[in-house]
Amino acid sequence: MAEYILMKGNEAIAISAIRNGCDGYFGYPITPQSEVMETLMVEEPWDSTGMVVLQAESETSSINMLYGGASCGKKVMTSSSSPGISLMAEGLSYLAGAELPCLVVNVVRGGPGLGTIQPGQGDYFQACKGCGHGDYKLIVLAPNSAQEMYDFVDLGFELAFKYRNPALILSDGVIGQMMEKVELRKEKPRWTNEEIKKMSPWATTGKTPDRKQNVLTSLALDAAVHEALNHRLIEKYKKMEEEEVRFENYMCDDAEHLIVAYGSMARVCENTIDLARKEGIKLGLLRPITLFPYPTKEIQRLVPQLKTVMSVELSAGQMVEDVRLAVNGKIPVNFYGRLGGIVPSPEEVFEAFKKEINK
Amino acid sequence: MHTTMDIKDIIKPENKVYSKSSVLLDNVMHYCPGCTHGTVHKLIAEVIEEMGIQDNTIGVSPVGCSVFAYNYIDIDWQQAAHGRAPALATATKRLYPDKYVFAYQGDGDLASIGTAEIMHACNRGENIVVIFINNAIYGMTGGQMAPTTLIGMKTATSPYGRREDLHGKPLKITNLIAQLEGTCFVTRHSVQNAAGARKAKRAIRKGFENSAKKKGTSFIEIVSSCNSGWKLSPVKANEWMVENMFPSYPLGDLKDI
Repeated sequence: MAEYILMKGNEAIAISAIRNGCDGYFGYPITPQSEVMETLMVEEPWDSTGMVVLQAESETSSINMLYGGASCGKKVMTSSSSPGISLMAEGLSYLAGAELPCLVVNVVRGGPGLGTIQPGQGDYFQACKGCGHGDYKLIVLAPNSAQEMYDFVDLGFELAFKYRNPALILSDGVIGQMMEKVELRKEKPRWTNEEIKKMSPWATTGKTPDRKQNVLTSLALDAAVHEALNHRLIEKYKKMEEEEVRFENYMCDDAEHLIVAYGSMARVCENTIDLARKEGIKLGLLRPITLFPYPTKEIQRLVPQLKTVMSVELSAGQMVEDVRLAVNGKIPVNFYGRLGGIVPSPEEVFEAFKKEINK
Repeated sequence: MHTTMDIKDIIKPENKVYSKSSVLLDNVMHYCPGCTHGTVHKLIAEVIEEMGIQDNTIGVSPVGCSVFAYNYIDIDWQQAAHGRAPALATATKRLYPDKYVFAYQGDGDLASIGTAEIMHACNRGENIVVIFINNAIYGMTGGQMAPTTLIGMKTATSPYGRREDLHGKPLKITNLIAQLEGTCFVTRHSVQNAAGARKAKRAIRKGFENSAKKKGTSFIEIVSSCNSGWKLSPVKANEWMVENMFPSYPLGDLKDI
């Protein structure tokens, strides 16, 4: 029988990490995600699974600990919130450049600057458009429940290793802090060192006589070599766009209008759809689950049946740019957002929607 | 009767007194003639070979001239972002506690941009070895002032000499590191002559042995020259180093427990 536990989204991240064979967590406290490391320290997984948990001196250090751990072929992760992720930007670029798998969780708060500790979705650009330097992408997963916080730890590691690329869970203060029942899936043991050598022959596991040295670097001063590296990354991102797009449709089959929303905002918008349906308005919801790769094709599939699309975000309008790119001027693309940690009610979103379509 | 000796009579295994370490790769080093890095690389390779730990050692290279250390020492390497080598080494050692892990860093990397990482790794007493090359200048970027640049020393960003009122005093970071309870062995060496190189090699070996004994962090500073950056010939650079660097960065053990 399935085992359910009532827990916060942040706690689900920690419990899932332990149960899914994570080898190492390296983090730095920041609201609203401190429960992740706190839970790990209470659970003491070093005594049960052998997982390493270390409080680093900064987010800069924790992301570089991930670089070291990922270089070892180990499943390593960190979690933080917006300003902390800004500090990790350099490290993420290095990890992507050296093609290293790891998992980063951003429980987003309001920005810019120190901003607010209330929830936000203002880090969409940072997550999806590259927060560090250079041409790279993160695999970005957007959970909308504590259960998905739990499940996406495993999925994030799976995708990160499949593509040798950092994966990011883009959550927010609502999802991180709210308590829900979470089903504990079947446990996955940590990989043995022998398994790692077989699965990740590129890892720094110690140069044995049977192979050449493994060097993990993002440096390539030869122009042709460096361009080839970039092309390899581009091919990888293309493959992700072909094979890894994940989304959820709600009442889209007959929809004439569409709301696009992710994470906590998608939870609110589900109720907006119900309100609209009660009034006979054929409104549907598209919830991108992967923000990169983005469900561009799904939006394009729906466009012919739609009159309008509205992106609803806890931001000043970030994901809406990807919606506009997908729609490509064929129908009006509207936007509604709240800032400062204010989460609009389903009714407020519905009013905003009606105002736009009645313009 | 007169006999002639052929060179082949001399080149025999029993006459061999020295050879290149098998842990050194054949790549021609990119370092300038007279640079200290090549000598220190050789010493590390020899220690790894002599301890028989080539398959069990992971190195972390920095940003700076020695970013390419992986081209010369035949072990697995991680190339870190500027200043972050101790963070990589920390995670690597914790995830592979039975391996030997060392970070190789210059003075800009370790004593400027990476001060937080080095201080905390040393304070936690990570069972790693840190090799710190202090030549008082940024070599790779063209000879700018480093935190360890001496007062009066001319660099690209202190063209009239480092001034205390403008730039502050040189940072004696090894002295700070010695204060941290996580370090077990903090020492300062130089390799401009054979005696110095032998002592430095013994220190590097001791550092690796300390990691196996889980004694804490071993920190080995090598006071070095950068003849290109200092704009001196290799010989003059070494003389300048002895005269000017050693008084500020005196050689010897700062801590050995």
